[in-house]
Amino acid sequence: MNGRYFVPIAASLGFAFLYLPIVSLVIYSFNESRLVTVWSRFSTKWYAELFRDPQILQAAWISLKIAFISASLALVLGTLAALVLARFGRFAGRTLFNGMTTAPLVMPEVITGLSLLLLFVSMELTLGWPAGRGLTTIIIAHTTFCLAYVAVVVQSRLVGMDRSTEEAALDLGATPVRVFFDITLPNIAPALVSGWLLAFTLSLDDLVIASFVSGPGASTLPMVIFSKVRLGVSPDVNALATLMIAVVAAGVLASLWIMNRRAGASGSSVQ
Amino acid sequence: MTESDDQPWRDPNAQPFLRIKGLSKHFGSVAAVDKVSLDIYRGELFCLLGGSGSGKSTLLRMLAGFESANAGSIEIDGQDMAGVPPYRRPVNMMFQSYALFPHMTVADNIAYGLRRDRLPRADIAKRVDHLLAMVQLADFAKRKPSQLSGGQRQRVALARALAKGPKLLLLDEPLGALDKKLREETQFELMNIQEETGVTFVVVTHDQEEAMTLATRIGVMRDGEIVQVATPREVYEYPNSRFVADFIGSVNLFEGVVSEDGESHMRLDCAGLGTSLYVGHGVSCTLGQRMWLALRPEKLRVSTEKPAQSHNVLQGVVEEIAYMGGSSMLRVRLPSGAQVQVTQANLDRDDAHPVSWDETVFLSWSDTAGVVLPS
Repeated sequence: MNGRYFVPIAASLGFAFLYLPIVSLVIYSFNESRLVTVWSRFSTKWYAELFRDPQILQAAWISLKIAFISASLALVLGTLAALVLARFGRFAGRTLFNGMTTAPLVMPEVITGLSLLLLFVSMELTLGWPAGRGLTTIIIAHTTFCLAYVAVVVQSRLVGMDRSTEEAALDLGATPVRVFFDITLPNIAPALVSGWLLAFTLSLDDLVIASFVSGPGASTLPMVIFSKVRLGVSPDVNALATLMIAVVAAGVLASLWIMNRRAGASGSSVQ
Repeated sequence: MTESDDQPWRDPNAQPFLRIKGLSKHFGSVAAVDKVSLDIYRGELFCLLGGSGSGKSTLLRMLAGFESANAGSIEIDGQDMAGVPPYRRPVNMMFQSYALFPHMTVADNIAYGLRRDRLPRADIAKRVDHLLAMVQLADFAKRKPSQLSGGQRQRVALARALAKGPKLLLLDEPLGALDKKLREETQFELMNIQEETGVTFVVVTHDQEEAMTLATRIGVMRDGEIVQVATPREVYEYPNSRFVADFIGSVNLFEGVVSEDGESHMRLDCAGLGTSLYVGHGVSCTLGQRMWLALRPEKLRVSTEKPAQSHNVLQGVVEEIAYMGGSSMLRVRLPSGAQVQVTQANLDRDDAHPVSWDETVFLSWSDTAGVVLPS
């Protein structure tokens, strides 16, 4: 095979496989027809319809709220876990702790969801909290599995960081807490941003776990989309999905931009 | 200036500034630092010299407070350092990798320690300007470390470590990351700054040339122990063991047995050479003791004709000649099979080598050129 054509062709096919469904979804979101698969003419009426649908607006609001809170909680807890794993040397049970921190990455979501549901039910019976299932339980559940992603991202950054800069700050009279805020935090900031955005996106996307631990009045956006699709795909779902893609893409681009700017300021050497 | 001002370690009444007593550090079953005792005086530039794994860096990190001791004590200016964390020690360190803060400008890097002391803003700015001028980086205050060359980063690291006016400055391989030419220039700069500031320096290095140029005294380390502490000249001319003789510079070692032990001379029977070597000064030894004569390559003379002196003459065949610019190095094979290294200064430009390959030559040296080593 001619090597000159192989790479472009392979790349085109690969990207087509990944993005054609999304592209067609975006195109059909601007379709005027009520039939999802038949193109009539360009229109933005499904977007307008979307913003008139109180159920979808409420679900979107709930989803964003959950994603924001659980990403922030996961960021704090995940960073703490990463610090322990990367900085406290070889303490007893480190391997176990490491495994337990990252296990949610590979745990089937159904199992995570089910086990959390059982936990919440028995907690409610014995402790009386959380009362019923809804926003709180989804936030707890999402924090739990997002924490693992944040921990992995932050830990790899911490491991790659030059520890002697922290020692230098200690040596110059900074207390350990001061060192964390002055030296460690700026150094891992890109990882914190991308960890938070990753957690935010994962929470926004999640359907399975949310379905298990959700309750009445706390339907997230993916849950609403899923239930709508089960009744037949309607064009406003396309519009909704397009908006979600736009939000997620904006988040990813923002995190890339932040990281590149950081790298430009502190990374490559100019001789 | 009297000798004891210049060399306080010779004055029995001088108070050491840094006093290390029986210091040990174990990592698992390995003793990285093993019962080290050492006195360093105010204003010294002391070099800890050793190969990798000799424990010199661990010792330095213990002085900075990054490692705790398993046994022994460290006293700086009369103050016991046990349990004092790094951020409360009157000590600053210059790291091997420089450890500059990448997200801060040069000026902010240098000011970092001063800000931790909560000094007035104006004082900090003045001090930073002074330090920048001292390391000749006044125009680079607003740059980030990534925009500096290796030599400039090294100077920022030095200025930052000196900013707080520490009582003791620790330098971990301060010139290790620089190329040879820059290293030589920086050596003298470092010595000038040390003289100017009067701060006591403890330098860790594996480079014996660096230690020789910089140090007031050198502590040679091996396997966590200090094997000799002396001035550069003493370490070179009067090493106390074969290890030190061999570690610092090149040396030819002749093994022998003491056959004559006079008040002002001794004789070493070298079975390997088939002759005995004469030493023109008394050595504390016993007859029949196994000892080594250490001879530096530059202390040997090479001639094609048999020299007049009656002893300390060896005959051999030139095997290799390496021209090194300022000097030439010869390897001479003795009949016994041993190889002897000789360096000769190239005194004249057109000096065709007085000796050539495969030529039979005589090696000779004066009665006091060699050092007799018991171990």
